[in-house]
Amino acid sequence: MANVIRRQTPAARMWRGVLYAVLIIAALFYVLPLVVMLMTSIKPLSEISAGTLLSLPQNPTLEPWTKAWGEACTGMRCEGVGGYFWNSFAIVIPAVLISTAVGALNGYALTKWRFKGSELVFALMLFGCFIPFQVVLLPMAQTLGWLGLSSSRAGLILVHVVFGIAFTTLFFRNFYVGIPNELVSAAKLDGAGFFRIFWRILLPVSAPIIVVSVIWQFTQIWNDFLFGVAFSAHDTQPVTVALNNLVNTSTGVREYNVDMAAAMIAALPTLVVYVLAGKYFVRGLTAGSVKG
Amino acid sequence: MSETPTRTALRPTASGRLQAWLPRLVLAPSVAVSLFFVYGFMLWTFVLSLTSSRMLPSYDFVGFGQYARLMANERWWVASTNLMIFGTLFIVICLVLGALLAMLLDQKIRQEGALRTVYLYPMALSFIVTGVVWKWLLNPQLGIQAMVRSWGFESFEFDWIVDPDMAIYTLVIAAVWQASGFVMALFLAGLRGIDDSIIKAAQLDGASLPRIYWRVVMPCLRPVVFSAVMILAHIAIKSFDLVVALTGGGPGYATDLPATFMYTHAFNRAQIGLGSASAMLMLGGVLAILIPYLYSELRSRKHG
Repeated sequence: MANVIRRQTPAARMWRGVLYAVLIIAALFYVLPLVVMLMTSIKPLSEISAGTLLSLPQNPTLEPWTKAWGEACTGMRCEGVGGYFWNSFAIVIPAVLISTAVGALNGYALTKWRFKGSELVFALMLFGCFIPFQVVLLPMAQTLGWLGLSSSRAGLILVHVVFGIAFTTLFFRNFYVGIPNELVSAAKLDGAGFFRIFWRILLPVSAPIIVVSVIWQFTQIWNDFLFGVAFSAHDTQPVTVALNNLVNTSTGVREYNVDMAAAMIAALPTLVVYVLAGKYFVRGLTAGSVKG
Repeated sequence: MSETPTRTALRPTASGRLQAWLPRLVLAPSVAVSLFFVYGFMLWTFVLSLTSSRMLPSYDFVGFGQYARLMANERWWVASTNLMIFGTLFIVICLVLGALLAMLLDQKIRQEGALRTVYLYPMALSFIVTGVVWKWLLNPQLGIQAMVRSWGFESFEFDWIVDPDMAIYTLVIAAVWQASGFVMALFLAGLRGIDDSIIKAAQLDGASLPRIYWRVVMPCLRPVVFSAVMILAHIAIKSFDLVVALTGGGPGYATDLPATFMYTHAFNRAQIGLGSASAMLMLGGVLAILIPYLYSELRSRKHG
């Protein structure tokens, strides 16, 4: 609906002015917390107590960042969040790759090789998108124990794959439904098999949905806290858990600049993804949440 | 794949039969995982909620005793009431703000893309990061309160985060900050999907702009509102990280939500039975909003 007729009367011009003012105020509401976070993270502690949130850093320093990365205390240990940052990557990368690959094959099988009950299978799996995870926490803890995966990265990878495939299957199914069946039918008549058709026909056109799925899973798993806090130990914690521990560790003076630097470190990977591929991020959000 | 199509059609060979079963074989692990980890675990949690389990799961059944205890638990009522307050305000404010921003952005705005990016980026952050940042902004000694006082408004008060009666509203502020841009994106997509000719017709009839929005555009956006409410309600019920990072459930347990109640009781207070019962009630809450939604989705898909 972008077709409002604009007449350049003074009233219309004033209305445009108000319009822009409102939009800019809204933008400030969203952007200021990030600005404050960034500024606080490069101020020495003395400037924080002397100035206010919006006072510009007089002597910018990267010390809070190095401290947050390598020295700050997260609970009993004082090794910063750096190690946990890499932990998160070690958990996220395999979990994203596996869940996306499984989702792609599932979506393909559900759309191009329909069988009696395939819609039911889809509905059955889709339900996994909706459950509150509190309802699986306790059995999961016990199952991970039986599998010998308690508090391990492999355990967290398993959890994220298990609860991620509902979303990835949804993405790929909805995408492949829109791919015409003619090519697939022709290939079937030519005797091409299941995997060959997937490899030769579906995969080459799947780039957009793969990006959507990878970005969605990456942000979901990177930002996860519930599974991380429930199923990890000191040395396997993801960065979100370490950040929360860092902020809640009370030893001596509260170092707000270090807190903010650690928050920036935890936020950067998903922010970078958002800046680089915002379009796909939005598409995943709408696809993943409108229907899931 | 050497066999010819005619041969497979006449008499299925071993590999032909394998091909027919392959899709099912490929799906089988996911179905098994879903049956076990989703449905099995739900059932398992339900069974636990019927037992007297404390530190460790035990299978000493006490019927619906844990649910009765939950109903008599003051902290659970605080958590449930908080969810009502938080959920309602969060949903309503996000919808109003999201719709408003979308309509304003839809007026041929210069730099629309940049503004959209700014409105939406908080959605990429972890709720833990959001909580940590807002905890800092809302800190009475050094945050917004101190800043406004330094501008000369000495009596300015904004200490909600340490006020048990107001702390729940700080959750609303932070959650709205994070999710309203996303609602804006949903509405904007909806607005762009509306056929221009309807609006042109209304304009020719001499309808004013607010009237066009209210009478013509809003009714078209009903499905968007519906989806947005579903998603936001879902986020509200699952809210856990934000509470942990922003208020820690406090002061006291003034900002507990069912999700934090469940976690605290099941994992920190050795009340597995009670925690399971609360998890089942959360599931009940999700189903209560989900089933009508799925029903209407499936119906509209069949007709559309």
